[in-house]
Amino acid sequence: MSLKQKTRELLKKREQVELGGGEKAIEKQKSIGKLTARERVLSLLDEKSFHEYDLFVEHDARDFGMETKVLHGDGVITGTGTIYGAPVCVFAQDFTVAGGSLGYMHARKITKIMDHALKMRVPLIGINDSGGARIQEGVNSLAGYGEIFFRNTLSSGVIPQISVILGPCAGGAVYSPALTDFVFVVEGISKMFITGPEVIKTVLGEVISMEELGGAKVHSEITGNAHFFAKSELECFDQIKKLITFIPWNNGQKARPFPPKEPKAEFDIEKIVPSDPTQPYDVRDVVRAIADDSDFFEVMENFARNIVIGFGRINGETVGFVANQPLVLAGVLDCDSSDKAARFIRYCNAFNIPLVTLEDLPGYLPGVDQEHAGVIRHGAKILYAYSEATVPRITVILRKAYGGGYIAMNSRHLRADFVFAWPGAEIAVMGPEGAANIIFRKEIANAEDPDAMRKEKVEEYKKKFTNPYVAAAKGYIDSVFEPSETRKFLMHAIEVSKNKKDGRPKKKHGIPPF
Amino acid sequence: MAKKEKMETLCINGTKYKTNLTESFRNRKNWTKPDERMVEAAIPGKILNVYVKEGQKVKAETKLFILEAMKMKNIILAPVSGVVKKIHVIEGQQVPKRTLLIEIE
Repeated sequence: MSLKQKTRELLKKREQVELGGGEKAIEKQKSIGKLTARERVLSLLDEKSFHEYDLFVEHDARDFGMETKVLHGDGVITGTGTIYGAPVCVFAQDFTVAGGSLGYMHARKITKIMDHALKMRVPLIGINDSGGARIQEGVNSLAGYGEIFFRNTLSSGVIPQISVILGPCAGGAVYSPALTDFVFVVEGISKMFITGPEVIKTVLGEVISMEELGGAKVHSEITGNAHFFAKSELECFDQIKKLITFIPWNNGQKARPFPPKEPKAEFDIEKIVPSDPTQPYDVRDVVRAIADDSDFFEVMENFARNIVIGFGRINGETVGFVANQPLVLAGVLDCDSSDKAARFIRYCNAFNIPLVTLEDLPGYLPGVDQEHAGVIRHGAKILYAYSEATVPRITVILRKAYGGGYIAMNSRHLRADFVFAWPGAEIAVMGPEGAANIIFRKEIANAEDPDAMRKEKVEEYKKKFTNPYVAAAKGYIDSVFEPSETRKFLMHAIEVSKNKKDGRPKKKHGIPPF
Repeated sequence: MAKKEKMETLCINGTKYKTNLTESFRNRKNWTKPDERMVEAAIPGKILNVYVKEGQKVKAETKLFILEAMKMKNIILAPVSGVVKKIHVIEGQQVPKRTLLIEIE
């Protein structure tokens, strides 16, 4: 056979395998509004950048008639490519091939590209669309999952790991995304659960649809499993691409800087925050008034909305914003918001992203449900995450900073590098009403007109303590400045922390309150 | 920008804040002291056997039901001694989690 003939043979073979599960299966995939695995990879990566590996891998299952079945690529596409020039490793499960079921060789392809990503220190993106374990392959299939989970954990904090749920992801399979940094879901397409509606119905008698049990909305609003929600696959890919621009390729690098850009004029920082600390506003507007081009890329937008987290740039450098949100539950810390913020802080610390904390909170959320849900344990996560973080850490106290919340939100005492305050900041053990009631309990009780006395004492307390100067007098706050100076101060703080060196005692690892 | 007209109030340490409440906050259950004389299903499942009758005297740890859940036959025992006031389930009945099964007084 001549080389030409051999080449023709290769092309024919490739064409065949690239068709995945065949035209009928592709048609079915499309009829439910899903792209094929190949289309997904190609639309996610830079044009012509995708290089595929292990196209000709075949399964080696020998039971239950599997020996006669041909499964192209064994149901998963793997390879490398670029996103805006950043190198990435990808795998995409192909639902058209045996329902994207995970057999031994399927898993081997995934773990091979995972090993590659870790060795090359580049981000890993996994597109999940699979019915689950390939039952015919028994324990070999389970072994495959285990090998993936182990590698997810090994790579955690070394390379960015992104999971995209574009179909079912059920049973044990859900734990790979759960171990990765960011999970992307798409409305109507993503389905994640440990046990599906069928099992729940037969075993427990509860009737629920897949969407209600583990759809995209559920995971972005209720469970907190997903970090990004999109209405279509293409919107989802745009989100992934945008995320890639904000983060470094690995933990030994910094995110690539962008050309600096001033915030948009429509966000007037002087006009966003009402001076009355009981009045709400959208703290994201403050972020937009500070960040380059007013571009704020929010993470977990719909979960625990009383805290806001996400990426932006200041003077071209990526920073992670953590901000209390007075618009929702007055911006209190509670179980979910602590959990949400703590993980993000640890992400930023692992990947050399400076943290900017915008503080305005009345404290922790009171209530039996919170106490019994473990607000002590969950709340501790945020203290732990800030305390262990050695990236540049800057806090701006916009308004209230009361009690335990003040300590938790990257205070000087947890080794923040810079703590700034606006002139309207109130740093105190609690709000004036609560404090006056305790300190002046006797005076109020014994007064002829207790209400008038309470009012008087609240005013007295306000005058004395609800300002930034008591804390500034102790050096807990470095600088008090006008809101309009915030960006300038942040730019400078980030500039002077460029070579920050800060260590922690050597240890195998800490014991955070998981 | 925040629309202030629609805001709700949340009181923390005596101060009333204007804000939006979340659904999970609004749906939170008010805590009530658990009453151990009201026996509930700790897990959803199927009542296979009922061993007692209304009006019967029972001692603590008397076998009350078999509740089959997750392929396990769970024995439900009386938490206290007393008289069976009312039985809320019958044999073969599927019960969701936290169904009241029996009242003892």
